[in-house]
Amino acid sequence: MSAINNPELSVLREIEPLLPANTANIKDRIVSGIYQQAESISAQVVRSENSQYTGLEARLDNILTSRWLGFPIMLLLLTLILWITITGANYPSQLLATGLFWLEEQLTALFLAVNAPVWLSGLLIQGMYRSLAWVVSVMLPPMAIFFPLFTLLEDLGYLPRVAFNMDKLFRRAGAHGKQCLTMCMGFGCNAAGVTSCRIIDSPRERLIAILTNTFSICNGRFPTLIALATIFMGALVSQAYSSILATLAVVAIIMTGIATTLLVSSLLSRTLLRGMSSFFVLELPPFRRPQLGQILIRSLLDRTLFVLWRAVVIAAPAGALTWILANSFIGETSVFALIAGWLNPLGQLMGMDGIILIAFLLGLPANEIVLPILIMGYISAGSMLELDSLNALRILLLDHGWTWITALCVMLFSLLHFPCGTTLYTIFKETRSARWTLLSALLPLLLGIVVTLIINQGSQIIMR
Amino acid sequence: MPHTLSLADIPIGVSVRIAKILTSGSNRRRLLDLGLLPGARIDIIRRSPSGNPTAYLIKGTIIALRNEDAAQILVDID
Amino acid sequence: MAINTTPLSESSKNNPDKQNNFVIALAGNPNVGKSTVFNRLTGLKQHTGNWPGKTVIKAEGTFSHRNRHYTLVDLPGTYSLHASSSDEEVARDFICFSRPDITLVVCDATCLERNLNLVLQILEITDRVLVCVNLLDEAERKGIQVDIAMLARQLGIPAVGTAARSGRGLESLKNVLDDMLAGKIASRPRQLVYDPELEASINEIEKRLAPYLPAWINSRWVALRVLERDFSILEHISNHKNNDYPRQVLKEEVALCLR
Repeated sequence: MSAINNPELSVLREIEPLLPANTANIKDRIVSGIYQQAESISAQVVRSENSQYTGLEARLDNILTSRWLGFPIMLLLLTLILWITITGANYPSQLLATGLFWLEEQLTALFLAVNAPVWLSGLLIQGMYRSLAWVVSVMLPPMAIFFPLFTLLEDLGYLPRVAFNMDKLFRRAGAHGKQCLTMCMGFGCNAAGVTSCRIIDSPRERLIAILTNTFSICNGRFPTLIALATIFMGALVSQAYSSILATLAVVAIIMTGIATTLLVSSLLSRTLLRGMSSFFVLELPPFRRPQLGQILIRSLLDRTLFVLWRAVVIAAPAGALTWILANSFIGETSVFALIAGWLNPLGQLMGMDGIILIAFLLGLPANEIVLPILIMGYISAGSMLELDSLNALRILLLDHGWTWITALCVMLFSLLHFPCGTTLYTIFKETRSARWTLLSALLPLLLGIVVTLIINQGSQIIMR
Repeated sequence: MPHTLSLADIPIGVSVRIAKILTSGSNRRRLLDLGLLPGARIDIIRRSPSGNPTAYLIKGTIIALRNEDAAQILVDID
Repeated sequence: MAINTTPLSESSKNNPDKQNNFVIALAGNPNVGKSTVFNRLTGLKQHTGNWPGKTVIKAEGTFSHRNRHYTLVDLPGTYSLHASSSDEEVARDFICFSRPDITLVVCDATCLERNLNLVLQILEITDRVLVCVNLLDEAERKGIQVDIAMLARQLGIPAVGTAARSGRGLESLKNVLDDMLAGKIASRPRQLVYDPELEASINEIEKRLAPYLPAWINSRWVALRVLERDFSILEHISNHKNNDYPRQVLKEEVALCLR
């Protein structure tokens, strides 16, 4: 109780001795008093024919939370959503890419026509615009599919059932059942996943959910994973089984991500974020028919705006920086190559190389541009590139000494490295703490370095 | 007669009346606000596939509580 | 969603018909379709996922009806106003201190009893309340009938039935809001009565507190809170007694919620 100089508060001194000692009892009596009257009003106003919770709803819940079907259904739905997103986004992504890169050609021609200096054309078009075009064509279609699907499930009322099923597991990891949902949201986009952590009331558990969200592989990282898995894991077996193996490899990485989430949550809740489990009360709302139209429009608009904003504000400058580094020379070598050289020893230890590392570094703002930067580095081109076919990519990588171990390390590092710029910014906004934001970047990075180190050294030992 | 049965002891499908709530503080308040009051009827609906939490029907709404917390709610079977 | 940061008392100064700008607070339990009502009335698109507690972003929207201009403030969904969480505090503080012209409480027709808990608590703070019994389509599906007229009589305040998803009842809702503001509907809200011993304590405390409280506040309600040893109301009053309780106060608290 604060300042007693206020007359209102000074009257408290007079009143306080009059207050009953047993406040808990008073509170109970007040609440029961209210409920008694609510009950009596309700009895006169409401006529209920059926029992409140039977029939279809109960049967549906019996299935969705059953011992045998509950978990498989969850896994199935998640896989389905991811599969629809990946397959469905393929064609639109290609279309967008074609369109945007056609536009790039027009812009280049335009710049040429007005005799703009080469460096300006390079910086603006090959650096900024290309990066922007990349992010939009890679990110927009998956986001436009994943989020409406996820929102559909949400509107149906299914998501609380997921929290209901998963609470025990997350509780054992010192986290909250709802973290499962924020984790799933992260599969779409980590920034959205971090924002969704608001559904967790307790600050401690919310922080754990925020810090581990990056272990959910977002749509931006999928293309890289799939490409590498197809090239390297698929190549290990005969043609017939290659795509299945590639899919399994991606699923395995996702599972690793989920396991990492639980492990790191467990670790955090025993060390930095120790504390009691918060009181858990979860309402399982009735299933409602989702409003399809509204969801689609709303989600589409939201996501499109978000991707565009991100492309312009974050990816374009990143592209500019990359171009500058690749086209500024100290002596004969570009700054890009120089940095890659410095990073090479560390890269080799981690089963990768300097160019891969600098690609990840420059890809901090947006994970989608990691692969293009990598290709640029290998070809020693002055600007980011995509290759026409997976085969061309495969040849390029093999030429630079890649083995399936390299691919594995890159895939794992993609899972276990700092969150992308947008996510970091979102984390900062949500936590209002530079300290936690820094930790959210360093923790996965450290984990990534250690894991790749172990895998690389381990594989070398085994090979001998 | 002392109440010895808690919500956590009741099997699925049974309907009971709340006798006493041992939870205290703001958690108690949250339970009361949801309608879990002494004298209120509560039905045990189902358990999570992992065994915890359990879903209850109270005043027309399904609320899930962890078994440890349900153990603090004493009930009467009538 | 952008939150309007201008205190409403100021923004209405910019608005030439300042008498014509009415503030409606939108309250209710989580998951009763409050956001649907909000969207339908204001045309704003705010996500309404079927996930209790989802509306974590508070929003304001506007609409016009019968020559009146309304600002609708979507309060966090809460089960009660006992201020044990920041959501409840924000809702309570807005209803009490920012004194909206009308508090519209959205209820779920399929579990009215629990929703009435909140309605009755709000009635202890203000009598300018309109009850909206939503999800009537869901209730019908489950064979639940709600006698809206009887509800209004029991509560002593107007009540409207809606199925906001399909827009049913919303026109009527707007009409009733208008009628209330025009003084065409008398509100004689039901007084909540507790057990005799409690009532005696309440009266005792109320007598002593009344001289120190502003005229517009419900002293009985404050007495109840003091009886529970919740002194935050008194602190709030003394901290802001020199202001006209501008809605700036709410914005700060809402900003804290967004964190």
